[in-house]
Amino acid sequence: MTHLRSFTSWVGADMAHADLLSPMTLIDPQPFVIAGREFRSRLMVGTGKYASNAQMIEAIEASGAEVVTVAVRRVDLDRSKDEAILHHLDPDHFFLLANTAGCYSASEAIRYARLARAAGFNEWVKLEVIGDQQTLLPDTAGLLQATKTLVDEGFKVLAYTNDDLITALKLEEAGAVAVMPLASPIGSGLGMLNPYAIRTIKQRLSVPVIVDAGVGTASDACIVMEQGVDGILMNTGIAAAQDPVRMAAAMKNAVEAGRHAYLAGRMPRREVAVPSSPTKGMLGA
Amino acid sequence: MMGTEVFEAEIALAVNGAERRVPKGWTLADLLASLELDPRVVVVERNGTIVRDRSSFASLALAADDALEIVHFVGGG
Repeated sequence: MTHLRSFTSWVGADMAHADLLSPMTLIDPQPFVIAGREFRSRLMVGTGKYASNAQMIEAIEASGAEVVTVAVRRVDLDRSKDEAILHHLDPDHFFLLANTAGCYSASEAIRYARLARAAGFNEWVKLEVIGDQQTLLPDTAGLLQATKTLVDEGFKVLAYTNDDLITALKLEEAGAVAVMPLASPIGSGLGMLNPYAIRTIKQRLSVPVIVDAGVGTASDACIVMEQGVDGILMNTGIAAAQDPVRMAAAMKNAVEAGRHAYLAGRMPRREVAVPSSPTKGMLGA
Repeated sequence: MMGTEVFEAEIALAVNGAERRVPKGWTLADLLASLELDPRVVVVERNGTIVRDRSSFASLALAADDALEIVHFVGGG
């Protein structure tokens, strides 16, 4: 009877876990919400640096991303090639998040943000105010200033910043709807250089923390998500892979794996070994 | 005389930083059409001010020395 009951409970437990193990039912208890809008994927991707538009679309599909970033640039009037991304990317299928990449002052970033909003899709902007050409590190004073102005104008500002807690807190206070600290410099692929700083920012902020820049491969993405952040934005990590479409799929899995590992709660680290197999029941010598 | 007439019937603009001559009386819509640009995927800034309403493109007369910036979305991260 005891055996039967334990067998039944074992079967019951197994059935419950069968649901958990299916990727379709591995539910995230917290929806990914920015400024009241829920997104289906915690992975956001850029659209730059692809060998072709066809490859870009295929990679984005493989990544499962809903939010895709775009840049604002002058139309090439000589039209050596078709640069207009809207000829390739369906704005009904993706959430277009315009950036202010390449802007080196608050006023320049504000001008680009206004132009992006005039395109008519949304009032969201991934705000970048770059301070240095070598490192592309943010000018945090300019960033804060531009954030305040754009928030006043009704923009939803997602602010690309460094991994400094104080700047992150100020950006949140200024009304940014998400703060986007870097893992490492843009396009570097160095992975997360300061997990402590990223965790601290996540613990102290109320708005979503989305790590932006520096993720080079799937394990980087997984480790970033294991810190408990809300999402990741990446571009070069996918676009500069030898096989961008396969890397996009790997990043999708890595972001999900890292998220669930965070939710599951990792085992404590120990400096000594603890056997996994019973020490009792060993054969007599 | 013919040459002078043609010259007077044109105005000079700065479009994306380069001089461009267009017939006098052209609208913004005429310019975009001549550049084979779909007005739905571009944003135009005229003399530092964004032309917000696309339906106004057809009535917006270009003036001599207008500085136009015509931008669109391109791939970026």
